[in-house]
Amino acid sequence: MTPEELDRTQERELADDAKYEHQVHVCVGTACVALGSATVAKNLEAEIKASGRDGKVKVRCVGCPGLCALGPLVEVEAKDKPEDEPATLYQYVKPEDAREIAESIGGAPASRLQADTRQPFFTRQTKIVLENCGRIDPERIEDYIAAGGYRALEKALFEMQPQEVIDEISKSGLRGRGGAGFPTGLKWATVAKSNSPAVTRVPDDILARKFVICNGDEGDPGAFMDRSTMEGDPFRIIEGMVVAGYAVGAGKGYVYVRAEYPLAVKRLRSAIRQAQRSGMLGATIMGSGFNFDIDVRLGAGAFVCGEETSLIASIEGGRGTPRPRPPFPAESGLWGCPTLINNVETLANIAPIISRGAAWFAGIGTEKSKGTKVFALTGQVNNTGLIEVPMGISLREIVFDIGGGLPEGRNFKAVQTGGPSGGCIPAQYLDMKVDYESLAQVGSIMGSGGMIVMDDQTDMVEIARFFMEFCMEESCGKCVPCRVGTAQMHGLLTRISEGKATQAHLDTLTELCDMVRRTSLCGLGQSAPNPVLSTLRYFKSEYEDKLVKDGQNER
Amino acid sequence: MTAPAGPTRPAPAPPAGPPRPSTAAPAAASAAVDKRLKLVEATMRRHGFRGNALIETLHTAQEAYGFLDDDLLRLVARTLKLPLSKVYGVATFYNLFTLKPAGKHACVVCLGTACYIKGSGRLMDTLHKELGLKAGGTTANGHLSLLTARCFGSCAMAPAAVIDGEISGKIVPDALVARLRKLAEDAS
Repeated sequence: MTPEELDRTQERELADDAKYEHQVHVCVGTACVALGSATVAKNLEAEIKASGRDGKVKVRCVGCPGLCALGPLVEVEAKDKPEDEPATLYQYVKPEDAREIAESIGGAPASRLQADTRQPFFTRQTKIVLENCGRIDPERIEDYIAAGGYRALEKALFEMQPQEVIDEISKSGLRGRGGAGFPTGLKWATVAKSNSPAVTRVPDDILARKFVICNGDEGDPGAFMDRSTMEGDPFRIIEGMVVAGYAVGAGKGYVYVRAEYPLAVKRLRSAIRQAQRSGMLGATIMGSGFNFDIDVRLGAGAFVCGEETSLIASIEGGRGTPRPRPPFPAESGLWGCPTLINNVETLANIAPIISRGAAWFAGIGTEKSKGTKVFALTGQVNNTGLIEVPMGISLREIVFDIGGGLPEGRNFKAVQTGGPSGGCIPAQYLDMKVDYESLAQVGSIMGSGGMIVMDDQTDMVEIARFFMEFCMEESCGKCVPCRVGTAQMHGLLTRISEGKATQAHLDTLTELCDMVRRTSLCGLGQSAPNPVLSTLRYFKSEYEDKLVKDGQNER
Repeated sequence: MTAPAGPTRPAPAPPAGPPRPSTAAPAAASAAVDKRLKLVEATMRRHGFRGNALIETLHTAQEAYGFLDDDLLRLVARTLKLPLSKVYGVATFYNLFTLKPAGKHACVVCLGTACYIKGSGRLMDTLHKELGLKAGGTTANGHLSLLTARCFGSCAMAPAAVIDGEISGKIVPDALVARLRKLAEDAS
């Protein structure tokens, strides 16, 4: 597709949409599909057709609009609706409700099913990464183009030099959304500067000597931001990868996705096929002379593969074990070639930054953390689902305004961020700003975006034990501190949990935490003690209450 | 990683014969050069029979056969010209690959954080008490396997489980027990 064809496709799609007086969006994300949303969509279409209005009302299957707790969700939007007016949203829609909704279109909304779109969950979010999720059909490239897709790629390829693209990303202040928060522009610049070695291990059917990898191995339990992005707007990730490839001079990209996300895999594969057919991937993209192609690689259920060197080992077809860095993958990665690895959400931010400019992006967020962050808000909170908020928002706003507080009058105890690598943040920090530095200061991490709310009935020692069990099972076994250390710490935590431990055991646990953190080979081991350390820091009495006291016999 | 729990440990890799990938058949399954094998071979062919296709190949093999038996692993090793130790290493490293046949029906309970907080740990205890099944176990009649996973990313539906490939959320222990009991007794 040349730029002219892109213009024409967009015009045609928009003109086609303008023919319809109403748009009906049915969520077909994993959670809603599980509750029967595919049948809802089918029934709605049938009802509208039966009433002879299929030329006036368009039913579209879309990605996740976020509020999974109320699913299946159906949104009805009138063409002449004012900009600032929210569309009508229906919640808990069952297949048999289709007629009622279909009949209400154009008239008064079916109030029985209506959701309150004025609640903070909807009004307090800022959507950049998820702006198309819930708006476009993720299985149609034309929908993405109509929504302004591929304009960033067009701008990069035809109006910018690779170095200018990198400068723009650097100026935007975007930092890696996978958890560590490394400046994205700096990473791109390093890969762009690195030269491929004369001798590499690249298989002979691949001509590229530099690679871009999209890390979609979202392994943190309790996190599903990347799944929803891949399911709801796969083209944006692909566009981000091509722009990245152009900027760093790579010829091939891989999306590494967990096999546990079958729907995301299916949508990505379909998106790649469509992009290839439209000339948005492959040889001389958009007629620019730049070549770039993408393949999907499936994970196979190993948490450690989210670590970049393990992920590379897995794409090469081996066991996913990490190796010491340096050399960093930016210099020597996949098959020994310079490799750019970015998280799904990072890559989803690229197109809007290029289209709207670095200054616009840098205007959102805090001084050191720019833009927005997508969180998967779960646990003991009313509005479980996916939210996108500007950096710098307070935890209180997230949990109590957007999240709607805890159910059944339960009391807030802590919020866990960063999964098995993060920590629990207690109530006294609820007014803290959410950004990379603040979270690190209180002993947690931004992480990939899982945010799990815990109430006062949660046993923090048990939570620490739960995460340690996870790390112990997922330790790849390559380095001793992690392999043995996590098992020892798990044993100690179990002992404490069962009331069979003394102060000496607790001291050993603290000591081990420090040792494993300092000496493990990769991020898994280095961060495995975090849940223990943070619960020890804020909830030490819960540990001490479980210890065998002086004078009591150790059982 | 613990030692593999297969009834038979694979013998050392047979010397790699001349590469005849498209016609290679597993030694013990000569009668079963069936569609499933063709699927596995197609995956390997799509990747030019290169070693880096190992994980993709094992995915296809497991999907086709339900589990990875020794003959299958030997065939893959021979065809991709990889040492059997590497194939075996990869097959046992990743949680998703299994070397044991699973039951006719499978229930995978999510033990991710959100599900755990909402009681999936207690759910496993109930299943153990009521059905005598532990994680990784299969009923004596081979009808039902109980497995666990770390997060399907469906945390809004916690606690969640996948039964025969279909996800169910907000699980009530008694209802799940009843449903699984039916599957375990299902003789069809």
